[in-house]
Amino acid sequence: MMGRDLLGIEGLEREEIERILETAKHMQEVGRREVKKVPTLRGRTIINLFFEPSTRTRTSFEIAGKRLSADVINFSPSTSSMTKAETILDTAKTLDAMDPDAVVVRHKVAGVPKRIADELSAPVINAGDGAHEHPTQALLDLLTVWEEKGRIDGLSVTIVGDLLHSRVARSNIYAFQKLGAEVRVAAPPTMVPAGIEALGVKVVTRLREALDGADVVMVLRIQKERLEGAFFPSIREYSATYGVDRAKLRFAKDDAIVMHPGPINRGVELSHDLADRRPGVVLDQVRNGVALRMAVLYLLAGRRGEPREEGRS
Amino acid sequence: MSRIWIRGGRVLDPAAELDAMLDVLVEDGRIAALGDDLAPTGAERIDASGCWVAPGLVDLHVHLREPGQEYKEDIASGGRAAAAGGFSAVACMANTNPVNDDPSVTDFILDRARTDSPVRVYPVAAATQGLRGQVMTEMVALSAAGAVAFSDDGATIMDPAVMRRVLEYSRLAGAPVIVHAEDRHLVGEGVMNEGPVATRLGLPGNPAIAETACVARDLMLAELAGAHLHVGHVSTAGAVELIRAARARGVHVTAEVTPHHLTLTDEACLGYDTNTKMAPPLRSAADVRACREGLADGTLDAVATDHAPHAVHEKEVDFAEAPNGILGLETAVPVVLELVRAGELSPLEWVRRCSTNPARILKRPGGRLAVGAPADVVLIDPERRWTYDTAKGFSKSRNSPWAGKEMVGRAVVTLVGGRLVYHVDRGVVVP
Repeated sequence: MMGRDLLGIEGLEREEIERILETAKHMQEVGRREVKKVPTLRGRTIINLFFEPSTRTRTSFEIAGKRLSADVINFSPSTSSMTKAETILDTAKTLDAMDPDAVVVRHKVAGVPKRIADELSAPVINAGDGAHEHPTQALLDLLTVWEEKGRIDGLSVTIVGDLLHSRVARSNIYAFQKLGAEVRVAAPPTMVPAGIEALGVKVVTRLREALDGADVVMVLRIQKERLEGAFFPSIREYSATYGVDRAKLRFAKDDAIVMHPGPINRGVELSHDLADRRPGVVLDQVRNGVALRMAVLYLLAGRRGEPREEGRS
Repeated sequence: MSRIWIRGGRVLDPAAELDAMLDVLVEDGRIAALGDDLAPTGAERIDASGCWVAPGLVDLHVHLREPGQEYKEDIASGGRAAAAGGFSAVACMANTNPVNDDPSVTDFILDRARTDSPVRVYPVAAATQGLRGQVMTEMVALSAAGAVAFSDDGATIMDPAVMRRVLEYSRLAGAPVIVHAEDRHLVGEGVMNEGPVATRLGLPGNPAIAETACVARDLMLAELAGAHLHVGHVSTAGAVELIRAARARGVHVTAEVTPHHLTLTDEACLGYDTNTKMAPPLRSAADVRACREGLADGTLDAVATDHAPHAVHEKEVDFAEAPNGILGLETAVPVVLELVRAGELSPLEWVRRCSTNPARILKRPGGRLAVGAPADVVLIDPERRWTYDTAKGFSKSRNSPWAGKEMVGRAVVTLVGGRLVYHVDRGVVVP
């Protein structure tokens, strides 16, 4: 049984994660049909509330909702008339009055989905908040690795890049550890968050050591514009020391796979070649994202109002 | 001739090292007698059984928001909150609009306080014009107008040369320079204490070193200048240690710590409640321990609330955008009494840090119960249980991490200059 919301991986039990992954497996089958649509969420309303621009994640949620026949509404306060004068709680209460069946929230500041969930009666799905969590990304990454390796237990996972600002890193640290993998992280010392060891990971400074014996190499996006010059001296130096390419990958296991949450800075954190070809699995991640988000919407948006429907039948 | 007879309480006067069951007689605004067999005629009686009878509490650090931000607080509402919290005097920071960097603003605050506030109000003037950290204020004129200290508070003076001159020049005014010691560059985008909790929450960290490094700088500059430096709201173990060492080598430094930095850690931020956001931020358990030890051994002289009212809608935003600060006046007594209950401070030492020392730092009367002294008196019932309902509070704002919490200990009567200004059953009585 899952909780009402999906705000992060940190609070999930292993069994809940496994249930989502199993459900996603069924949803993958829908995606392979000629008519990629089932009536499961017909008559339900899902609001994509994206305070921070995001094409990929929002589109993925939108497609997932539509394949389940839900009515999906995109609401982007950052581009609408909303000003700072409207508080987050105003927004939440306004949406609540429209009686949605699920609200998918993205915000540049950590904690906003939780604050909204505290106000809303509908389930809230966190689509990424600050450097906190991005649970559906971690779940789709689990699904991808599960497909590739047939297991998560006992795998060695390495996460490389801007740990300081990465919600993907935090969610994946929780997700892979909960399912029995060992997680190492590697970043320049300027981009290692204080006390990250408390999350149970091993922190490694040098990439070579981090890659040694890894089954899965997860490369994080570098926000070049914001970080260059402040957290590392130059793109050239970052790419040389932490960029993952086929040559550096030889330190990992022979059958290691390479993942990236996108969008990729090609040639910076990940070589062009690995972005497109195996052992890179970037497009499989994107594909699995739709199925995974269908599973989450099904499990959460599908539940609300269950008693009402029973009453009607 | 008005007389108030405070009967049967535990009288605590740190200035006289007095801790005894005594009656207190107040006559014409002054302490007239202390004794165990007083039987005055025609006096209003106040039953103090089960209570501490102490000099009225003095808060070195509050924001009354007037002039300019009266929707958050004003001198009347902040003064009432102070009276209800057991304070007989508060020192208000200069970050009003207009800034208190000119004697006319100091005059305004004092005029307003005379008519509106049940407690004494001591204006702290800005150290630099407009809190811009560039040109120092007319400290002599401000001092003459009634400013008790100089501070740019949250607008930390980052230029060390300006800070040096402010400290040097403050000697002319004979008043302390109060610092909010946080290096803005090291704070960066930080919104809560840097550490494992911030990492879990995904919020940008404000490192302890931002405070500790700035305190180190200010202590060295104060030593060079021979000035009185008062370090506001100390929150880090490193700063406590630096202050202890500086004091030992003779630097004229005093320091305060807030109720929240004595009792809450950064784990209070786990629910993203913006009423746990303030500057400096809530720190680690080790920092809290160091602050408590520092207060107990006298390295930190005083408790100050940093009462910082913000309207509800200003805090109903994301954690990064939310303004810093929480209410403090109405909860300081029960919160800081935790240290007495934990055996870390005796009742007498508690009163010293909440009344006697802050009065001494500001060179104001108060902080003692000597015969002939102005009768600023508080009665505290250390066992009284109550629930803090911000809607029933006297502040205009509600931004408190203790909202709705069960509290133990409460100020039940406050006298200012012999006038009963607050009684727990009757509320704020005057003005």
